[in-house]
Amino acid sequence: MNPDRRAFLQKTGKLLVLSASASVAWEAIVAGRPETAENYKMSDHWWGMVIDIDVCIGCGSCVRACKEENDVPREPLFFRTWVERYQVTPDDLEHPTVDSPNGGYDGFPVKDKVDEKVKHFYVPKLCNHCHQSPCVQVCPVGATFVSPDGVVLVDKTYCLGCRYCVQACPYGCRFIDPRTETVDKCTLCYHRITKGLTTACCETCPTGARQLGDLKNPKDPIHEFLREHHVLVLKPQMATGAKVYYNGLDGSVR
Amino acid sequence: MESVLQSVQGFMYPNEVELQWGILIVLYPFTTGLVAGAFILASLERVFNVEAVKPTYRLALLTALAFLLVAPLPLQLHLGHPERSLEMYLTPHTESAMAMFGFVYLWYLMVVLVLEIWLDYRKDIVLMWRESSGPTRWLYGAMALWSDNISPASLALDDRIGRALTVVGIPSAFLLHGYVGFIFGSVKANPWWSTPLMPIVFLFSAIVSGIAAVMLVYMVTAWWRERAFDMGCLDTVARYLFYAFMIDFSLEMLDLIHRIYEADESFRALDFMVHTRLYTSQVLVQILAGTIVPLGMLGLVQLVQLSEKARRRIYAMAGVLTLIGVFAMRWNVVIGGQLFSKSFLGYTSYKMNFATREGLLPAILLLILPFVILAVLIRLLPPWKVQRHGAGVSG
Amino acid sequence: MSGWLKDKGHLARMAGLFAFGITAFLVFRWLMVPAGFGLYGHYRAGALDDAGARPLHYAGRAACEGCHTDIVEARQGSRHARIGCEACHGPLIKHAQAPTEVKPTRPDGRVLCVRCHETNPWKPKGFPQVKVADHSDSGPCTACHKPHAPKIS
Repeated sequence: MNPDRRAFLQKTGKLLVLSASASVAWEAIVAGRPETAENYKMSDHWWGMVIDIDVCIGCGSCVRACKEENDVPREPLFFRTWVERYQVTPDDLEHPTVDSPNGGYDGFPVKDKVDEKVKHFYVPKLCNHCHQSPCVQVCPVGATFVSPDGVVLVDKTYCLGCRYCVQACPYGCRFIDPRTETVDKCTLCYHRITKGLTTACCETCPTGARQLGDLKNPKDPIHEFLREHHVLVLKPQMATGAKVYYNGLDGSVR
Repeated sequence: MESVLQSVQGFMYPNEVELQWGILIVLYPFTTGLVAGAFILASLERVFNVEAVKPTYRLALLTALAFLLVAPLPLQLHLGHPERSLEMYLTPHTESAMAMFGFVYLWYLMVVLVLEIWLDYRKDIVLMWRESSGPTRWLYGAMALWSDNISPASLALDDRIGRALTVVGIPSAFLLHGYVGFIFGSVKANPWWSTPLMPIVFLFSAIVSGIAAVMLVYMVTAWWRERAFDMGCLDTVARYLFYAFMIDFSLEMLDLIHRIYEADESFRALDFMVHTRLYTSQVLVQILAGTIVPLGMLGLVQLVQLSEKARRRIYAMAGVLTLIGVFAMRWNVVIGGQLFSKSFLGYTSYKMNFATREGLLPAILLLILPFVILAVLIRLLPPWKVQRHGAGVSG
Repeated sequence: MSGWLKDKGHLARMAGLFAFGITAFLVFRWLMVPAGFGLYGHYRAGALDDAGARPLHYAGRAACEGCHTDIVEARQGSRHARIGCEACHGPLIKHAQAPTEVKPTRPDGRVLCVRCHETNPWKPKGFPQVKVADHSDSGPCTACHKPHAPKIS
């Protein structure tokens, strides 16, 4: 791009060329103050996510972006989102072979021997932002909660580090951050979605396998997606009110 | 960290590899179990007027108090932010099973144990206050709340209130430990824990461990003071231990049989775990050495006439094995519940450190501490009649 | 001590002690519960602001497209058109805030392209995949494919 034009754009303000919703976000970003995004009203939103297994290619962009955006410990154990690799013999759903080397952070190097008779697919995982969440239920002090816009968050200044919520999560989405000795988990990039941006994982997913959705916004494409696909949540028998909807989820996925 | 990953067999969710609750959390239900069990034994005498176990009454109360004072310490050591633990009192989350701990604990400590001990000991405290001098005098004075009224009418009143407290205390003891079981039993994400039987199993194993502990403490203190054992008392306590153990064993077997028969989605994974990583602590230590052997020994005493010496030995051995068995049960619940993945596709292992905050060393110290406290309490408030100097003070 | 309290004096003192303890607790609680606790639910309302105040790393596609209109044009209709810029270029909020001072580094195609396009049975059937070893020599992918519009025409 030519330098004159770039300078011009900067001088005259980006608001002219940005779309309306992003412009507000941009203003907040430049100001460094989230509260400038005044048009965000918690009660107007109810966040969830759609994950389309059928287009996930296991590149691990989401895992890397999440660690980058949210300062997640780089040690090999802790993940706010990770990708699992499944191998299932079609008539034996109960015994899939699963792995997730470094949570998929480095992508998935090809294995030498691959049995073509076996079903293969990736399953990205993250906090399901359940609205009947067992992790919120068990917190003894109110350090974790469902926000008015449907995101399960942790108050890191209030968490005792008792780890009861880690035990209560059926999906293994919580961990103790060794640096703060408090619990950590996916915030659905709360600092982004409240400014009109999408999550880091959705922003960087090259195939659109992950889509953030606002279930309270009637114009959000998530409604059409949910209407037109047979979606499932993980472990529905846990009755947690999970809001991460999977399309193409295999019966073998735990 | 890498070594932790190496201990994984099969698949675990990446965040699951590290165990959340270690030996300190094993200690916590074990300790509170001893409290509840010891108190229930003490209540037998008071509420049901079982004269035979009277020599253990005060000892049981002091044992309960000593262990209750230590019970929250492993939790405090385990917390990432112990300085924030007061939040449990400030903003208790009423939906959380754990949030009520602070209140259940305070209720039990202050209203049940301290008050009951105070009422029972008040006459002795006042007498010791009158006799002693210096700081001891001040201490006993403070314990008597500087009220030296030990008229028959006031003591009769104390006794009435004390009895009422015991009646309240029994459900409180059930609450204290049944509640600890509920903390585990209500975690629906974990099939090893999630069963409505959990509070009941915890409660009965608590009673078993409490009775065994008081029996041992009684034997040790009598031996220490070179007094003859009150065999009538010991036989009775051992009989109660046997009965409670039978119920406890039946409940645990019911749980086991139910799991095997129902064989739900988690069964294969749990079954594999019990046969491999949990085999020693569950099958050998808990069930065989810690339950069937002591149960057999106690049962033998009920059936066969044995000499006093033989009975003493059997009680001592059965008591120790029982405590080991109950400790193993706590271990298998707490640690066992974290060794398998909630995906039921893999297993990890527990690596216990030694001299770290949550290691073996603090756990051992926390197991010794109640006995130190008990020794202090026994000196301060002797559970038995002491030879006193001076006239007119024979207790 | 006389009358009704005659033999109950010690109990009254104990009751007083309990009353003092409970009162002290209630005062302590009143003083110590953090501001805003319970405003929206059983948590500190300020925790929402804390969660929202974290620094951003990814600027988001809209921020990129504001300046790089040439790339928007180049991507039009290409199979890479819907990919977020930072999926390949990495987190660039610093560049977006100071376009002239902070320059992004060019991504390494041999890592990046391969991660998505190396043949792998786990990938969905319809997704374009190649066995990289057979597909080309060790040269850069960009020698033939333009990353913003990869189809060779």
